[in-house]
Amino acid sequence: MHQEEESSHHGVMAQFDNPDDLLAAARATFAAGYRKLDAYSPLPIHGLADAIGYKRTRLPWLVFCMGIIGAIAGYSLCYWTSVVDYPINIGGRPHHSGVSFIPITFEVTILFSAMTSAFGMLIANGLPHPYHPVFNVENFSRASSDLFFLCIESEDDKFDLDQTTAFLQSLNPQEVSHVER
Amino acid sequence: MSEAIDKTPYQPPVDELGPGQTSYTSITDKITGIVFTRNTPLFWFISFAVGFLLLHGLMIGAPYLLYEGVGIWGLNNPVGWGWAIINFVWWIGIGHAGTLISAVLLLFRQKWRTSINRAAEAMTIFAVLCAAQFPLLHTGRPWLAAYWLLPYPNSMAMWVNFRSPLIWDVFAVTTYLTVSLVFWYVGLIPDFASFRDRAKARIVQIIFGFLSLGWRGSAFHWERYEMASLLLAGLSTPLVLSVHTIVSFDFSTGIIPGWHTTIFPPYFVAGAVFAGFAMVLTLMIPLRKVYGLYDFITDRHLNNMSKIMLASGLIVGYGYFMEVVIAQYSGSIWEMYMMRNRMGGPYGNYYWALILTNIAAPQLLWFRYFRLHPIWLWIICQFINVGMWLERFVIVVTSLHRDYLPSSWEMFSPTIWDAAIYIGTMGLFIILFFLFVRGFPIISIHEIRTLLTKHK
Repeated sequence: MHQEEESSHHGVMAQFDNPDDLLAAARATFAAGYRKLDAYSPLPIHGLADAIGYKRTRLPWLVFCMGIIGAIAGYSLCYWTSVVDYPINIGGRPHHSGVSFIPITFEVTILFSAMTSAFGMLIANGLPHPYHPVFNVENFSRASSDLFFLCIESEDDKFDLDQTTAFLQSLNPQEVSHVER
Repeated sequence: MSEAIDKTPYQPPVDELGPGQTSYTSITDKITGIVFTRNTPLFWFISFAVGFLLLHGLMIGAPYLLYEGVGIWGLNNPVGWGWAIINFVWWIGIGHAGTLISAVLLLFRQKWRTSINRAAEAMTIFAVLCAAQFPLLHTGRPWLAAYWLLPYPNSMAMWVNFRSPLIWDVFAVTTYLTVSLVFWYVGLIPDFASFRDRAKARIVQIIFGFLSLGWRGSAFHWERYEMASLLLAGLSTPLVLSVHTIVSFDFSTGIIPGWHTTIFPPYFVAGAVFAGFAMVLTLMIPLRKVYGLYDFITDRHLNNMSKIMLASGLIVGYGYFMEVVIAQYSGSIWEMYMMRNRMGGPYGNYYWALILTNIAAPQLLWFRYFRLHPIWLWIICQFINVGMWLERFVIVVTSLHRDYLPSSWEMFSPTIWDAAIYIGTMGLFIILFFLFVRGFPIISIHEIRTLLTKHK
């Protein structure tokens, strides 16, 4: 590993024009022992993340837990305000009208868990992330429309600018470029 | 026998995309091209102008109402809920189709939903915004109403009444608006990235760059993104059912004849789907023509949406029938009188107009001809839009105007201000929708790309 290269380069990137080539190249790269890599595509590709060492997200569990917290919060809000803090007799109904508290409990459950899904996903993805070195690659603006990229990052233990470039060349890409920081 | 041979053999359903879209490039070009163009169609300007004109109803009506009070509406003593609640329910119902398309059809793996979900979700958000105007204005002084609408620690140490369905409504509608907005935005992120990368002008790049949150299409991101979308769809599905259920509780928990029935929640939800799909088609049929979206919104889409309308319309019809049955079966003189009065009383013509527009007109959708001819379909949708408004009018006004004691009977007649504010919200809806069409990806580009993979 060369310190100099690592500091001036984010990695080496290969360009493909269809998802199948990208997926095949991603598998080959992972099989060759590279571990710090990422793939970029304009659409979700089934199995791509798994091919480059994705660890299953714990987001559903987080959402489930926040849903339970939401349910407790919703019911507690109704209970505490109507029974503990300021009980008022409204139409002779009991202070603790459990059934009447269910709609609020339900809505707060959904609110908490839905917000957790959305914001949890953004936080886990490290977004917003306005600047990223991959945007320096000339064709990368087409990664959001019709091109597919595989990037081996310089942090990888096996990374060597020349060797890695040669390796990516061997995968039949359209183009290989160095990603400047 | 010869007849059977003449019939065309069974054809598998057409694909989700028309033949014109063959590559990722063409899809991206087509949808970004709607926004990145100097040739905005004349139709857009006319629609926007009409919307802006109508919006004046709200811009003049709302300040006058805040100045003078709700007395400018045609409300009177037995009919304390007039057009405000009718319009509120009408708009909320319309909104439901967006969530149904984006969430429920996603869970059922209906791929054809992909090309209509974005616009339908936008419609949901705008319809909910329009709906929210009515309860807020109905409070007369919304800034003073905050303490009984939202639970916040205030100087009177009072809390809202959590036993009231109106508070459930506040929670349901605000949750619905928030979740719909977030779901919509999450769906837009990768498409904003496409817009950012396609934009020529620096300022446009910066705006869409901000909106896209720096999305770069990483495989790891997509994986979590898909998970989050699935979770949001799974959470939105019970949410959308709960919202109109809770809206129907506003009526069904009351002891007013004609309101106090358990059929209300399912029949309101079916009505919401019915109305919502009619509004989606009302908007999508002209858009398809103006922007040439025939490859995305194919005949199959019109056909499927028509069938959903027909099915939900039949459920609504069953609801009307059950209302009659329940009224008779109850043995309550008030319930039976209400139903007789609803059909043959002073508002009887509204009831029969409702049956004509909501039950009779949609029966044309049994015929393939009407399902596939955009103009006919559009006209049927207008019947439904009117019919769903009449439904709420019949429910609200005919139940209220004959109170238990004849001395409290009163006819309801709306004023010009009822109409002005209602028309104003239509203007708001049209303006918001056409701003969306002009500046946002009206079809989900990244989801359409996944259809192409299947295509190959």
